[in-house]
Amino acid sequence: MPKGVLNPKVFEKDLEKKATRDGYGRGLMELGEMNEKVVVLTGDLKESTRAEEFFKKYPERSIECGVAEQNMTGIAAGLAAAGKIPFVSSYAVFSPGRAWDQVRVSVCYSNLNVKISGAHTGVSVGPDGATHQALEDIAIMRVLPNMTVVVPCDEIETRKMTLAAASCPGPVYFRFAREKTAVITTEEMPFEMGRAEVYWDSDNFQFSIFNFQSISKFSNLKNQIAIIGCGPLLYDCLVAAKELHGEGIGTMVINNHTVKPMDEKTIIEAVEKCGAVVTVEEHQVSGGMGSAVAEVLARNLPTPMEFVGMPDKFGESGEPGELLKKYGMDVASIKMAIKRVLARK
Amino acid sequence: MIQSLQNMFLTGEQIKNLELKANEIRKDIINMLLAAGSGHSAGPLGMADVFSALYFSGVLNWEPADPWKADRDRVILSNGHICPVWYATLAHTGAFSHQQLVTLRKLGSPLQGHPHYRELPGVENTGGPLGQGLSQAIGQAMAAKMDGAGWRVYCLMSDAEMQEGQTWEAVMFAGKNNLFNLTAIVDRNNIQIDGYTEEVMPLEPLADKWRAFNWTVLEVDGHNIREITDAIEKAKTIRENPTVIIAHTIPGKGVEFMEGDFTWHGKPPKPEEGVVAIKQLRTLWGRIKSEQE
Repeated sequence: MPKGVLNPKVFEKDLEKKATRDGYGRGLMELGEMNEKVVVLTGDLKESTRAEEFFKKYPERSIECGVAEQNMTGIAAGLAAAGKIPFVSSYAVFSPGRAWDQVRVSVCYSNLNVKISGAHTGVSVGPDGATHQALEDIAIMRVLPNMTVVVPCDEIETRKMTLAAASCPGPVYFRFAREKTAVITTEEMPFEMGRAEVYWDSDNFQFSIFNFQSISKFSNLKNQIAIIGCGPLLYDCLVAAKELHGEGIGTMVINNHTVKPMDEKTIIEAVEKCGAVVTVEEHQVSGGMGSAVAEVLARNLPTPMEFVGMPDKFGESGEPGELLKKYGMDVASIKMAIKRVLARK
Repeated sequence: MIQSLQNMFLTGEQIKNLELKANEIRKDIINMLLAAGSGHSAGPLGMADVFSALYFSGVLNWEPADPWKADRDRVILSNGHICPVWYATLAHTGAFSHQQLVTLRKLGSPLQGHPHYRELPGVENTGGPLGQGLSQAIGQAMAAKMDGAGWRVYCLMSDAEMQEGQTWEAVMFAGKNNLFNLTAIVDRNNIQIDGYTEEVMPLEPLADKWRAFNWTVLEVDGHNIREITDAIEKAKTIRENPTVIIAHTIPGKGVEFMEGDFTWHGKPPKPEEGVVAIKQLRTLWGRIKSEQE
């Protein structure tokens, strides 16, 4: 149970929004100060991946690789072999997308201390269109032995995750988004890689992370479904949970930020209480976080399950909100998935 | 070719001993491939003189007794498939037991079919899928530069892996960043699995291509120990840019029926062919030895 509370404004209209990539930029600046081994690489994308401040302040530890992600990944492997902690900054469609073999052979097989950050993930990249919307990166990274995969839910968690990655030995992949999204956590909340957190529990509103005026009148409900999310869509999971609570459906919402290695204990305990699951992510349904949860449950606790994510399609240009709605990853879609799986219980 | 430095630091006798060492390494390669029943023949045999020159002439700052010391020179093998020559060379340095060589490609052996990072003393990188080694070497060279350290990085590469796009990304990067502590050694043996490089996918003018990316290019006879060591020494004196040594080699060198024949790129000798190969290498050993005396 996390100390501290979620942002008390989670359900308010004036909830602050920030881009997760900004948290990466903040994290890098702190790491630059804290750890001389940290080196940042980019492939002609230092501004939009938020590595630029680090490049300005620590030019001697910043490496511009040009538009060449495969070489960049190999260089990162060499730096790590020589004792550095390289952070590779690009868009996820390019790195790891274009450099998968290099991540596999040069980084993961050697179990080198390389951190790969994939920016601009999900359809919420928006107008750039399908070429730039990474929807496969979790799948292609989590399949690699030695790789840790993390999907932070907001700007604050991304900063914490960036710091944690530097002290986690071995390869780490983490992804973030272009758009400003809801800030639902707080700086005070502890963050631990590999540990899922329960953010909503309809059956236990005394739970310390809830401190919202707007739900203080809610009475406890028996939990019927576990909503397991990661990334900025976790906010939509919380909104869905609140609305469903109002409709008499009790839910748990779990921030499953570490897709690999997964916190199986927390997931299984929650699913045991609820008896049905919906996973929510801005990624292809195939091979993503939901698939990883399904693998855990199939072995331990087979449970009716639905997946909210990209339904085996490429995206297209459009506004983030429009795209999330069209491809079935908005609050309404989450609620529909929940009702579908409840009907199967 | 490296006129100014000819005869600089090795005596004639030392050169002969390095040639004999290369010959021993070649015999080990044949025996390893026979024991494994699979693997690559031509490339390892062709590079035996380069490996002998690199590890036994004194040009390399590396000791088997302390194989991971912080200030060691790093040797990166990009074309991992020629690893039998690396393993045999390292065994000859005493880095690990010579008897282990015949476990090549066997279950549980550290002598993996393609090299795995730190699986053996001296194995500094994972290599196999072509085109990755030069980038890894650049990372090491960048780290040395950041730390103000004096150690050097050697990246051994094949010619056909110049067909990989990543190689040129790396060549471009190293040229831009003035990585004078990096020396690439290209095995220009003109063969690849499907045929001769100039037929499969031409690489020439290879030296001009590297020069165009701001590298110093030295070309040597890859079976001439003196030329190889002189080039390595000369590269250490160049402070303007990285150096590539294009080593012209004969694939399958030392085994007549393999020499220059691309079909030996990716297969091991059959047992009866292995017997002939060892016999020829013994004859070659005798010839070098008698020239010495």
